[in-house]
Amino acid sequence: MIRKTLEARQVNRRELLALFGAGTVAAMGISLAGPALADAKSTAAAIAKVTGGKSAAAGKITLDTPQIAENGSTVPISVSVDSPMTDADHVKKVHVWAEGNPNPDVASFHFTTMSGKAKVSTRIRLAKTQNIISVAEMSDGSFVMAKSEIKVTIGGCGG
Amino acid sequence: MAKTKARVKAPKSAKKGEAFQVKTLISHKMESGQRKDKKTGKKIPRHIINKFVCTYNGKQVFSADWHPAISANPYMSFFVKAADSGTLEMAWTDDKGKTMKKSTKIKVS
Repeated sequence: MIRKTLEARQVNRRELLALFGAGTVAAMGISLAGPALADAKSTAAAIAKVTGGKSAAAGKITLDTPQIAENGSTVPISVSVDSPMTDADHVKKVHVWAEGNPNPDVASFHFTTMSGKAKVSTRIRLAKTQNIISVAEMSDGSFVMAKSEIKVTIGGCGG
Repeated sequence: MAKTKARVKAPKSAKKGEAFQVKTLISHKMESGQRKDKKTGKKIPRHIINKFVCTYNGKQVFSADWHPAISANPYMSFFVKAADSGTLEMAWTDDKGKTMKKSTKIKVS
C-alpha cells in the first residue's frame, strides 16, 4: 500500500516536471516571438498611417539590400522607383521601415520633379535580423511597396 | 563636440535635363537615444540629424526626414536634374536646432 502511493507520487512528480518543462518552453516561445510581432504590428500601423489604409502593391519599386549584414550599425540600402519624374507622373515620397528595430521608422525621402531620378541610397542601423519595408507614394496617389529581409550578425543599437 | 565635417560630391558640369548623382557625407555621432552610459547606467539622450534639405538655386530638389535608425556619420546619395547652371546647397539640421550647410556650383550646358 505504501509502495503504491510512492510510485504514484513519483509518476506525479515526473508528470509535473514534464508539465513545467513544456510550460517553460511555451513561455520562452512567447517571449521570443512577442516583441517581433509587436514590431511588425507597429510597422503595419505606421504604413497604414502613410497610405491612409490604401493597399500598396509590389511593382515599380526596388529595394536593394545586402542579404547578410555583418555589422548592424551600418547597413547600406538603396531604394529606387521606376518613374519618368515628370509633372504628370513622379514619385512624391519614399518611406523606409525596419520591423525589428526598437523604433520601426528609418527615414522618409521627399522627391520633386527636379530630382530627375527617384533613387536614394543611405546607411542604416539594424538591431537584429529583420524585414525592411519601403513604400513609395506616387503623384497619382497610388502606393507601391517592396520588402526585403536582412540577416544581421551583430546588432547595431548599442547596449 | 568635435567639429562637424560635411562632404559633398557632385559633378562640376552636367548636361541640361540629365539627372546626375550627388553623394553626401557628414560627420555626426547620431546618438540614437537607446544607448546607455556604461558608468551611470542612464540613457544617453537622443541627438541626431533629423532633417536634410537639398536646394538648387533656392528651389527645393530633395529632402529627407531621418530617424535614429540612420547610421552614425550619415551617408546619402540621390539624383538632381538641372535646367540651368547654379548652386546646389545642402543643409543638415540636428535635434539641437543646429544647421550645417555645404554648397557646390554646377555648370549646366
